[in-house]
Amino acid sequence: MQETSTLAQAQQEVVDEFAMLSDWQDRYEQLIEQGKDLALIAPEHKVDGNLVRGCQSRVWLHAAYRASAPPGTGTIHFTADSDALITKGIVALLVRVYNDRSPQEIIGASTEFIDRIGLREHLSPNRANGLSAMIDQMKRYALAYTG
Amino acid sequence: MIMNTTAEHLGLDVERIRPQFPILNELVHGRPLVYFDNAASGQKPLRVIEAVDGYYRRINANVHRGVHTLSNLATEAQEAAREAVRDHINAKHAHEVVFTAGTTASLNLAAYSLGQLLLKPGDEVLITGMEHHANIVPWQLACERHGAVLKVVPVTEQGELDLAGIPGQARTDGPFTDRTKVLAISHVSNTLGTINPVKELVAEAKRHGTTTVVDGAQAVPHLSVDVQDLGCDLYAFSGHKMYAPTGIGVLYGREELLERMPPWQSGGEMIDRVTFEKTTYAKLPFKFEAGTPHIAGIVGLGEAVRWMHDAGMAAMAAQELALLEHATKELLQIDGLRIIGTAAKKVGVISFTIEGVHHYDLGTLLDQQGIAVRTGHHCTQPLMDRFGVNGTTRASFAPFNTLAEVDALVAAARRAVKLLR
Repeated sequence: MQETSTLAQAQQEVVDEFAMLSDWQDRYEQLIEQGKDLALIAPEHKVDGNLVRGCQSRVWLHAAYRASAPPGTGTIHFTADSDALITKGIVALLVRVYNDRSPQEIIGASTEFIDRIGLREHLSPNRANGLSAMIDQMKRYALAYTG
Repeated sequence: MIMNTTAEHLGLDVERIRPQFPILNELVHGRPLVYFDNAASGQKPLRVIEAVDGYYRRINANVHRGVHTLSNLATEAQEAAREAVRDHINAKHAHEVVFTAGTTASLNLAAYSLGQLLLKPGDEVLITGMEHHANIVPWQLACERHGAVLKVVPVTEQGELDLAGIPGQARTDGPFTDRTKVLAISHVSNTLGTINPVKELVAEAKRHGTTTVVDGAQAVPHLSVDVQDLGCDLYAFSGHKMYAPTGIGVLYGREELLERMPPWQSGGEMIDRVTFEKTTYAKLPFKFEAGTPHIAGIVGLGEAVRWMHDAGMAAMAAQELALLEHATKELLQIDGLRIIGTAAKKVGVISFTIEGVHHYDLGTLLDQQGIAVRTGHHCTQPLMDRFGVNGTTRASFAPFNTLAEVDALVAAARRAVKLLR
């Protein structure tokens, strides 16, 4: 499925879904639903070493590089979890958009779609909010798998 | 309701206090702000905002240095504020009031300086299990520097001190040993709201020759603190939790002790005479006030203290207790809600968890409904461990809060729980 859409298209898809929801309750309900759809992280990856620093709730994020035939065309597969539902929804959205992309695509991606789905407050540098820490972590993984 | 009548009887009219706080006109997510994060930082009455504004507009200059008119006016304003604070906490002398950047700075000063003065290898520093990190870490560092040992008074299930329960000490011995050089204790717990029996503990400490340091950050907004009556040696607090600006705080110290304590930070303003061989220090309180102070903050603190006096400490406390009583009763109606901190004597602080609901989710959804609370560990991680929770949601009240706002919190929490379960 995702091979056919670009990262930007996946972002737009999320934006369109949230655009239909004007009420905060509906928006958060939708976000929590995203979390419920998130594939389970393997128990051996739900470890302290995979915790994202800077979140008030705990977020585990694991990345695995999947190499493919012509060298340099591999992608990164993310799995994640959180002990808070809203945070789990946020990380699920990120996984949905960034999953199985090339490192270059992940590093170059704009995060403007977060703003457009009304979650901008989660990007503030407030220590309690982990969204920017999650994106940074995904980009760091991507950077580690380039070159 | 009886308590609320009491607040009114004491002359407090909430509807007349509210307009004095401009920030209460703000909308959050399109809703009127309900501010229940007063224990993290208090809001400022117009009089304080105008005092700071007026300082910068009319008398801003450096203090204690110039011969010119503005410098004299700024110095006078600063020292008038010091006198107002002295009066507020009933210190014996104005020079026992040292201005700092806040409680954290005050406690660092205390731990550094008392460490130098008192601690030898094997000595003990006694703290409690409900301390804020700011009253733990500076003492840990002091103990490391001087080879001393940190001992901790445990906390009961109700959130009170178990004074006889120190591990490794017989219950009959009480919390002090002949090696206890310093007792550092919070007057009021920021997480639990517990009012600790500081006066009694200080009296006992004195019998053991123990120097006493009180973290008063959460007490000064609510209680009429009398440092002579408490009998403590040092008392630390912040301005921003008691209607004053951020970045200003106080370390009160008994004159005789402050005279013996070595300075912490050094530089200008704190010296008497400097040569490259030897420097002698300025007299109190300037020995502990290196560099240009936060003059505007000091002026604001002075006005905050005068404002509190005019509003009436007893009346404000009665309103806060009415809010606490109402919130405790109503919140407990929520299925799975557990209050952390049920001490007999509390200020208007209520910490809770709700089964199956993460505090981060709850705080986020309350914010969506215009309600500001604090979530997390509240800089008291050992206390979270004690209660077996990874964080709580905390509502903390000010006299401008209303019972209707408490009802709004309860309704909003119910709405959030419905979304989250």
